[in-house]
Amino acid sequence: MSATAARAVAREPGLLAVTRASLAKDLRMEWRSKDAINSMLFFSLLVVVIFSFAFEPTAEESRRIAGGLIWVAFLFATVVALNQTWARELRNQVLDAYRTSPAPPAALFISKAVGNFLFVCVLEAVMTPLFIIFYNLRSIGPVYELVIVALLATWALVVNGTFFGALSIRTRNREIMLPLILFPISIPALIAMVDATTQIFTGESSPRFWMQLLAVYDLVFTLVSLSLFESVLNAE
Amino acid sequence: MSQISTSDAAGAEPAVALSEVVRHFGRFAALRGITADFAPSQLYVILGDNGAGKSTLLRIVAGLLQPSRGTVSIFNSKDLRSVATRVGYMGHAPLLYDELDAMENLRYFAGLYGIHSDDICADAIRRVGLDPELTRRVGQYSQGMRQRISLARAILHDPELLLLDEPFSNVDVTSAREMASLLGRMRDAGKTIFVVTHQAMVVEPVADESVLMVSGRIAARERGIPAHLVNPFAVREVQR
Amino acid sequence: MKPTYVIASLVTFALLSYGLYQGLVVAPTEATMGDVQRIFYYHLPSAWVAFTLFFLNFVGSLLFLVVKKDAADKFAAGVFAVLGVIGLGISIFGRSYTEFASSIGGTLLMCAIAYLVIRHFFHSQPQADAFAASTAEVGVVFCTVVLLTGPLWARPVWGIWWTWDARLTSTLVLWLIYVSYLILRKFATGGQTPTLAAALSIFGFADVPIVYLSIRYFRTQHPQPVINGGEGSGIDSHMWAAVLWNLLAFTVFAIMLVTTRYKLAQAERRIEEAFATRDLEDDSHLISRSTR
Repeated sequence: MSATAARAVAREPGLLAVTRASLAKDLRMEWRSKDAINSMLFFSLLVVVIFSFAFEPTAEESRRIAGGLIWVAFLFATVVALNQTWARELRNQVLDAYRTSPAPPAALFISKAVGNFLFVCVLEAVMTPLFIIFYNLRSIGPVYELVIVALLATWALVVNGTFFGALSIRTRNREIMLPLILFPISIPALIAMVDATTQIFTGESSPRFWMQLLAVYDLVFTLVSLSLFESVLNAE
Repeated sequence: MSQISTSDAAGAEPAVALSEVVRHFGRFAALRGITADFAPSQLYVILGDNGAGKSTLLRIVAGLLQPSRGTVSIFNSKDLRSVATRVGYMGHAPLLYDELDAMENLRYFAGLYGIHSDDICADAIRRVGLDPELTRRVGQYSQGMRQRISLARAILHDPELLLLDEPFSNVDVTSAREMASLLGRMRDAGKTIFVVTHQAMVVEPVADESVLMVSGRIAARERGIPAHLVNPFAVREVQR
Repeated sequence: MKPTYVIASLVTFALLSYGLYQGLVVAPTEATMGDVQRIFYYHLPSAWVAFTLFFLNFVGSLLFLVVKKDAADKFAAGVFAVLGVIGLGISIFGRSYTEFASSIGGTLLMCAIAYLVIRHFFHSQPQADAFAASTAEVGVVFCTVVLLTGPLWARPVWGIWWTWDARLTSTLVLWLIYVSYLILRKFATGGQTPTLAAALSIFGFADVPIVYLSIRYFRTQHPQPVINGGEGSGIDSHMWAAVLWNLLAFTVFAIMLVTTRYKLAQAERRIEEAFATRDLEDDSHLISRSTR
């Protein structure tokens, strides 16, 4: 087929199309190499085991402290995972290819954030049964509330984590930079997720306020991330 | 070799216009005031020592870097993002995903330009002399193949302006020659092409103009490539 | 040193000394806590100064990001102008609805005025960035003072070093956020520092109300003793003089520090520009350049 027959007509692509394509590409690459997922799964297992050596609570006690333990464990696993996703774009400087194209920067951010979200959810799905086993956990409150809290909380960590991941690739010590700037900003979300989880486990009160706070947090920071991402992407 | 200061073809709007472009990195001035117009449908070869500012200039024209001072306009537009569909960039690094094969890479990058045709991707791969059926991951390609695919990615969306940074680096002679003649054909079809290279010899047959950069400035612009720059390693013939 | 600077420093010193005198000598001894309570005259003004400086850092960061884009700049200025008018309206007309009307309205109005004034004086990117950097650094210093004076006060009075008191904990989180901001400034590479720092500052600012809400609610779930004597605790009228003088002294002190730091940043920038300009024009050191 000659060049003239298949003439390309380039135009600015739609946000959704690029987001979908980017996400699909990331998932495909992850599936092929299985780099991150294997090491992350094992890391998560290690974290749970080490935590259970550090804390050996009774069943009653465990309901009170499990919330904190679980979310701290998830937080560390998230940070390790987040560092990997942007590293992929730095290899071969492939980020330059995206930046010179007419594709909207927001699509890149959303696809990375959603990809990270799915990834961390997988980790959580693996770690949770382990925690239940090691701590003899049995929730008094309804499990569906735990799921809602988990989804809101994971997005809270991931949305800021993805943004700060993009920030930290432009710094000298990238790996430590991400948790350093992520943790302080995430403190209110951490308080919310830990306390909500504890409330559900112990069944003592309704986590509704915390869920609302997490929802507000998610909304605010998704908006802030989306509006500032382009400046950070092109900060060179 | 005739010496010229600007290369405006009669009456044509310049494809790329630079005005007093300065770029600092901290205390180091990589570009020290570049003012130049570049007419369309020409193949410009940018030559110069390391550190002369060639890659910096290319990155600024590509919109990846902002000038510290001065203005850049492409096709008469100062907003480089608005002309992104008409510009193709090939970086010093491959700008490809090692874990995907050629078609997968191109399909993704085509999507970034709103192109959803496998035929176009396959065509671009063929134009650089590779086989679109190859399912080997790009990370396992030889350097020559990798540079070719990198070029395919840059020309995928049929850009009017092509910016290439060291396209022939570490590339075998055959691949280099084929890439150079492809560039010549594209220039004949009306594209404007900038090639930054240390291998002037490869691109000499198709070059329209050479731009010599020294220490962040354009030192000279000449039609074709001067002999002493085409092959600086040439051993001088012994005079009988 | 310029004479105005010397005079200003002397005035600052005089105010701080007078504030010290007011706090340690003039103010009456607190009934239940004794002389230890006098640390409050440093605790409160430091907090006020720190929070104001962090807000100013947000303003500087926002300005840095919008000042080059005309539309964004006008939009931001417009939003603040509208907020200011709303604030004015609330403080005038809201008084019949709630007693907080004047403080909320006044705060909004002050924020709006602050933004517009700073926009006028720091209207280029380098200026806005230097302003942001200065206010952040000085803010962290004062915030550290708050965090040190809090426990120093709590220990003798309530027997505990720390408690998850809403305000103290919020201050701690704010301190953490801004220390991370300073670290980011230090480790970002080259010319990208201002943009990255500005982004983080916006995040930090967006976080502040959420931090406060979360810690307050956390406290109602897990009640703890309150350090500052509660939200609505009154200050005896005889103590107001000490509070106000120290407030003034600390504000002036902060202004001096920020101004000095800002001038330092400007001087550093001028040096960098001078080097860069020399590099731009000077061809004589070409030999060393070719080996780069």
